Amino acid sequence: MGEIVAGMLAPHPPHLVYAENAPQNEPRSEGGWEVLRWGYERARKSLEDRPYDAIVVHSPHWRTTVGHHFLGVPHFESLSVDPVFPNLFRYRYALDVDVALSEAICDEAAAAGLTTKMMRNPQFRVDYGTITSCHLVRPEWDIPIVCISSNRAYYTFSNDVGEAQMVALGEATRRAIAASGKRVLLLASNSLSHRHFTEEPELPEDMSCEHVYNHNQYLWDMRVLGHMRAGRSRQLLDEMPDFIEQAVSECKEGSLTWLIAALGFPEYPAEVHGYGNVIGTGNAVVEWDPRRGGA
Amino acid sequence: MPFVGGLVVPGHPQVLLAPEQNAGWGALNAALTHARGFLDRVGAEVLVFYSTRWPSVIGHQVQADPEPVWTHVDQEFHELGSIDYRFRVDADYAAAYVRAAQRRGLHARTVSYHGFPIDTGSIVACKLLNPDNARPVTMTSCNMYADRGETLVLGKAAADALGDRRAVAVAVTALSNRMHTTEVAPADDRISSLKDDEWNRKILEFFGDGRLEDVSQLARQFTREANADSRFKAIWWLAAALGQHNRYAGEVLAYAPLYGTGGAVITLEPNASAALDQEFDEDDVEVYGGDRSVLAAEGAEAVGQEPAASPAPGVAKADDARVDATADTAPKPVGAYPHARRAGPFLYLSGVGPRQPVTDAIPGGPVWDEDGVTLDYDTEAQTRAVLENVKRILEQSGASLEQVCDVTCFLIDMERDFATFNRVYAEVLGPVGPTRTTVEVRSLPTPIAVELKVVALIS
Repeated sequence: MGEIVAGMLAPHPPHLVYAENAPQNEPRSEGGWEVLRWGYERARKSLEDRPYDAIVVHSPHWRTTVGHHFLGVPHFESLSVDPVFPNLFRYRYALDVDVALSEAICDEAAAAGLTTKMMRNPQFRVDYGTITSCHLVRPEWDIPIVCISSNRAYYTFSNDVGEAQMVALGEATRRAIAASGKRVLLLASNSLSHRHFTEEPELPEDMSCEHVYNHNQYLWDMRVLGHMRAGRSRQLLDEMPDFIEQAVSECKEGSLTWLIAALGFPEYPAEVHGYGNVIGTGNAVVEWDPRRGGA
Repeated sequence: MPFVGGLVVPGHPQVLLAPEQNAGWGALNAALTHARGFLDRVGAEVLVFYSTRWPSVIGHQVQADPEPVWTHVDQEFHELGSIDYRFRVDADYAAAYVRAAQRRGLHARTVSYHGFPIDTGSIVACKLLNPDNARPVTMTSCNMYADRGETLVLGKAAADALGDRRAVAVAVTALSNRMHTTEVAPADDRISSLKDDEWNRKILEFFGDGRLEDVSQLARQFTREANADSRFKAIWWLAAALGQHNRYAGEVLAYAPLYGTGGAVITLEPNASAALDQEFDEDDVEVYGGDRSVLAAEGAEAVGQEPAASPAPGVAKADDARVDATADTAPKPVGAYPHARRAGPFLYLSGVGPRQPVTDAIPGGPVWDEDGVTLDYDTEAQTRAVLENVKRILEQSGASLEQVCDVTCFLIDMERDFATFNRVYAEVLGPVGPTRTTVEVRSLPTPIAVELKVVALIS
């Protein structure tokens, strides 16, 4: 019987990789966003006592309209350049894909009525969101990943339709993992509030310019984190369409809803390892440990 | 030189990679190939792309890698195959485009990084319109937050930067933009709804009549009715780049479904006898002054300057907007005023005459003597001295003659001096092309015949 060893909200601002001066990344920084990066450090430490066989990541930056797509090639190696922040993120990556698990989730989601597709083109460039989140959680790159695209149902139809799709996808993911016999870490690669500044300081890591875009976003972020810390995941999903609309939340890409559904709508408290703002957006590193729920 | 033509083209990969799978996709492919003849006819030397499929957050980005090379795979239609590309980019134009955008108040930057992910739309359009790289190109991003005003200003900046290039502006965009959300066999592709199809055809009628500005004015309504691609920003950009009017010869070379969206290839060629301009409802915008200064302190100085720190209580804030030119640069003011003052993106110069710095001498001689007796004077010498003073004050303010956008000219004797004044002015400021107003006044505060009031757009 497979199991989910943990679920994490693992946002993907490339600024964090830039600030860390990871060897794979070309641009160099003077630091920055330390508190959020320390959050990732705590998350990595927290995961040390739980081995896992695969990481399943749902990424807002692989955008698809015709269904949900899954990486289906065993190995990728290339250069990832962020199209929005190319000055910060030019990262050489080499990663393995757990194609069997990828196909299993894809098939399970199709059986649940979702449109799905395997991505079999070996020249495909893996999106920078996936790379950033995976790097920050597991910089060794020694665990194969499964990457799921972000379907545009929220945009094409409505937040409610998008939510329904992501719940179905999350539940299918949970069933496929259980059937796989594997121990799996889930990553939802999205920010919370997501209104960016549209200018950046000359020195991108100038922390005197960093703050939440507005107070409304901060209030929403804290409300959502409060639900997570109190184990109110159902209420969080109930409020999700409003959160998306009122805080311009990146949850509109579906990752967090997918995660919560895959975790079985946890009623146990999540651990918030860190919260911080990156170019005005709200980002939290949050861990759900199913052992807290008695699993 | 203005753009010599415009194109509207689709950005879906089917047009390039699978034209044989659907008659409409094939027709769009053929139309893009046919459009090369249009580029030849208008004498296009450079292609400037704006693609809705390249989103940006930090202002706008302009491709400046002289030779971007990659193998691209579309994130949605990866099963169609890979696209190898090697493009030739006009990096000088890209840099000029960004400078022009910044002068108009926009946040913009060039990108020149190996492996930068050029978007599918730009790639498809560039491969089909310019297969042998005969013409250098550049590409512009579509800012996800930008609305009409910002996008118009960007289009104008694209035109500002052309210099003597003969360029065609290419808008890479779908019309209606509701993609199928499930797999559809290529043969079964159709516009997602009859309503979208009807709206597309209405818009195409306008394009066919060359009514580009009318389409631009209708963009918001079209977006509401048919979910236009990225709020039809590409058409705002194109209309602004091409001069915001309806005087084009338009031709719709193809229209077909592209996985539920509306794809069209449209050519637009300037044509004085085409549809007349009507009264337009939407405001025009020359300079962007929106909400982008989120990093700057309230009331901070113009873009490009560090925001002023908040003064401590009781300490007067420095007047950073005032420019007092040095004594060896400009004549001493004859009243209580600075030589220039920055306000927002503009630099306003106080009236400038021909008096020389330090000496106060008047080239060409004064127009009256100390007793008020009228003297003969040299209009050309005075005009040249005025323009030289203007140039020096601008430069001391960190600006240049090329940034002058409006001039008010005062002459004391229009009948005697206008022709000479006009000739010298044309030599210096004619190529810059600021707006100008010339009036005759009875006298000026010192014994001079010519004075200019100059406004420059500095950011």
